[in-house]
Amino acid sequence: MTAQLERIWTGVCQYDWLLPERGVAALIGGVQVAVFRTFEGMVHAVGNRDPFTGAYVLSRGIVGTRGDSPTVASPLHKQVFELTTGVCVSDDSVRIPVYAARVRDGVVEVAVEASG
Amino acid sequence: MTRSDQHRLVVIGNGMVGQRLVDALRDRDADRVWRVDVLCEEPRRAYDRVALSSYFDGVDADDLDLVDDACYAEPSYALHLAESATAIDLAARTVATSAGRVLHYDKLVLATGSAPFVPPTPGNDLPGCFVYRTLDDLDAIRAACDKAAQGRGRGAGMVVGGGLLGLEAARALRLLGLSPHVVELAPRLMPLQVDEGGGSLLREMIEDLDVTAHIGTSVTKIEADRGRLLATLTNGVELDLDVVVFSAGIRPRDALAREAGLAIGERGGVVVDVGCGTSDPDVMAIGECAVIDGRVYGLVGPGYTMAEVVVDRLLGGTATFDGADTSTKLKLLGIDVASFGDALATTEGALEVTVNNPVERTYAKLVVSDDARTLLGGILVGDASRYAMLRPLVGRPLPADPLSMITPAGGGGGIGVGALPAEAQICSCNNVTKGEICDAITHQELTDVPGIKACTKAGTSCGSCVPLLKTLLAESGVEVSPALCEHFAYTRAQLFDIVRVEGIRTFSDLVARHGSGRGCDVCKPAVASILASIGNGYILDGEQAALQDTNDHFLANMQKNGTYSVVPRIPGGEITPEKLLVIAEVARDFGLYTKITGGQRIDLFGARVEQLPAIWARLVDAGFESGHAYGKALRTVKSCVGSTWCRYGVQDSVGLAVDLELRYRGLRAPHKLKSAVSGCARECAEAQSKDFGVIATENGWNLYVGGNGGMRPRHADLLVRDVDTETLIRTIDRFLMFYIRTADRLQRTSVWLESLEGGLDYLRAVIVEDALGICAELDAAMAAHISSYSDEWADTLRDPERLARFVSFVNAPGTPDPSVRFVTERSQPRPLLEVLS
Repeated sequence: MTAQLERIWTGVCQYDWLLPERGVAALIGGVQVAVFRTFEGMVHAVGNRDPFTGAYVLSRGIVGTRGDSPTVASPLHKQVFELTTGVCVSDDSVRIPVYAARVRDGVVEVAVEASG
Repeated sequence: MTRSDQHRLVVIGNGMVGQRLVDALRDRDADRVWRVDVLCEEPRRAYDRVALSSYFDGVDADDLDLVDDACYAEPSYALHLAESATAIDLAARTVATSAGRVLHYDKLVLATGSAPFVPPTPGNDLPGCFVYRTLDDLDAIRAACDKAAQGRGRGAGMVVGGGLLGLEAARALRLLGLSPHVVELAPRLMPLQVDEGGGSLLREMIEDLDVTAHIGTSVTKIEADRGRLLATLTNGVELDLDVVVFSAGIRPRDALAREAGLAIGERGGVVVDVGCGTSDPDVMAIGECAVIDGRVYGLVGPGYTMAEVVVDRLLGGTATFDGADTSTKLKLLGIDVASFGDALATTEGALEVTVNNPVERTYAKLVVSDDARTLLGGILVGDASRYAMLRPLVGRPLPADPLSMITPAGGGGGIGVGALPAEAQICSCNNVTKGEICDAITHQELTDVPGIKACTKAGTSCGSCVPLLKTLLAESGVEVSPALCEHFAYTRAQLFDIVRVEGIRTFSDLVARHGSGRGCDVCKPAVASILASIGNGYILDGEQAALQDTNDHFLANMQKNGTYSVVPRIPGGEITPEKLLVIAEVARDFGLYTKITGGQRIDLFGARVEQLPAIWARLVDAGFESGHAYGKALRTVKSCVGSTWCRYGVQDSVGLAVDLELRYRGLRAPHKLKSAVSGCARECAEAQSKDFGVIATENGWNLYVGGNGGMRPRHADLLVRDVDTETLIRTIDRFLMFYIRTADRLQRTSVWLESLEGGLDYLRAVIVEDALGICAELDAAMAAHISSYSDEWADTLRDPERLARFVSFVNAPGTPDPSVRFVTERSQPRPLLEVLS
């Protein structure tokens, strides 16, 4: 076991600015991140790139649930990804990066090292 | 590897029947006892000749291909393209080919098919005279028609023969821009399939489509006349023509067999017995080259049955050909025609029950036995929807009073597929019974129609039995869940009613009361569309924003690289030079790729999300509004130039198209809606391929509904004829609102109309005769939509909060997406995409 690297948090936008069940894209050190706010108020961050087409569009997909998992559907060909694990629901050999996300003092923050 | 112990089979001919033989043998000869050589004189392997005419609808040669690539990749199966048989030596058991080879056989199958019969009319071989048989023939006809179209005015073509294939050829000439004439010697069209009553309705209907029928006459001579053709008919009529197509029946191609010394029928054809054996014990013949019991079958179904008989016999069986069903159902020039069993009532004592409805333009006849208990056959013209149910009943006791079975009010007389016995044939093209299909459903655990097709071949040829396959699935207890998705156990139509009746206005309220979870990309846009159709105001306000697909969310169409395209509304396709200049300047200033769409407007591609407001600010400023190209909503109402300019136009089609487009703009529906208005019967706006299409007549307007282009083209159905503008608009209002209320998610009007129980008659009863008493509601719903319409882009530009959404990056609003890159192609930008591994 190695010690966990210290995460570097980057502020993205005011939490109030996020619409429930909608995403935004953020550019953090050259990395495109899609940030979502769920209906219950949680924030999630994943890679913005759709692995099936190579287009940076996932932040513009529809947020919903599959069972109990929060999900986003690619706006291009509708593949669905779990926001908590990054796994594609219809093809579990494909996954997108998941980033740590939190709310501090009303600001949404994302850490770009992959967590977990 | 081929093996020395294999028997050698040579098949001459790779048409539909020849290929079916090979496919069936491949399926059943598991040990590869046979090594097969197939000679194909055409440069193309077997293709679907039944669907030949679809070649003119944009289907290409590859789509018609019938051969599985794996077939001739096998070492035991060899196909020799563009190589014909030149001689058969029965004693030596060899076939000589045009490539100079000699193939030895143990068994030989002749599948040489037939050739079109060309009457010995003087001039029948002049340039411009064709037959209608192969893709090469069709290419030649197309080339001649294209040449004619470059001349002055509208060209004309003559089809000799008013049978099934002749009418197909007439349709093709019409599609290629000529005015077709059909010459038929018999006193009616399709003399083999329909009787006088059906024939006269058919003639009336095709003449409405600009096809002129010359009945009971023939062609005396054809002469060359200054680069065109002049045909003289026996009744004295002279026709000035560009093209002549002979389609006056077929003759078996038996020359090879004749020269080899095989027995030939009196009127041609290789004589075969019930096992398809010829006069030589090692030679068999199948399909249209064979004459069996004095008869040549010119249909694919009996040919397929013969192929199966031969395969059985090659593998040691004793199968026999016991006659075949010559039933046919087809759409000729968009007109349904079906004929089955003893259609012409030749059985002794046969009785005929006829319903001739000149108003609805349908003709139906059942032929029954002298005691009126057994169905012998029938004819349907104008509406053949009952064909699938009636044909399997031939030779069986009538389940109901025959009149009620063909009267619209009879609703089918209570006959259902459940009433059919297991041995009833469901698919006549491939000879598949109800029992075989039900067995396959149970034992192979099939759950859908593609599964049945793959397992049994039922429904793979003409497709007319597919509705029955669906019913059989349902009756076998296969549950096709009507649920929209895991969050709602309802169909879209049920949700629409719930929302309407309970007055629900948000997704959260709906999912809390009637669903589970927080929705998905299936139910959210569907609910968003329902809320929008019901009139919930700006589609991106409040919670509705989270329901929309990205296209609706950014009011633009996302393209493959994540950029958007912009389509301003150009009602009816009419635009001023000033407005054209604005579009040109916007495209130039923002570096957008520009393309004219099929719906008579202009699409601007490659806009980044943060550019959309600035682009639209300029467009709205110049008087443009959203074209809703991004929405499941009305797209365009296309038009021809109409009576204002065109010398043929009888009404102002552009004016009506503009009115209709402005009336229904912004109307959200289960799927996109397309429309068109043509100013005369020449139909230049292609209204019959639209969800709702209008064609001008001398007396008013004809309204067609349920048409579609796209993946599954469908000709629209005539809903009302010769109505005034007010009636027309009222009928369209109700049609659209009824569709919006009752269709499934993403169901186009074509599929909706086909799935509507009672079909077009029912639709007419509901929206014209108000049978359900809902017309006032439908009218009020449309009035509410029209009065509340507001341009979504103008509304967005007025509101800074709404505009704030249009950024590529929330933490860097001025930064464009660095992944979006373009290269230049043909002087315009094109997306540069990363190469996916």
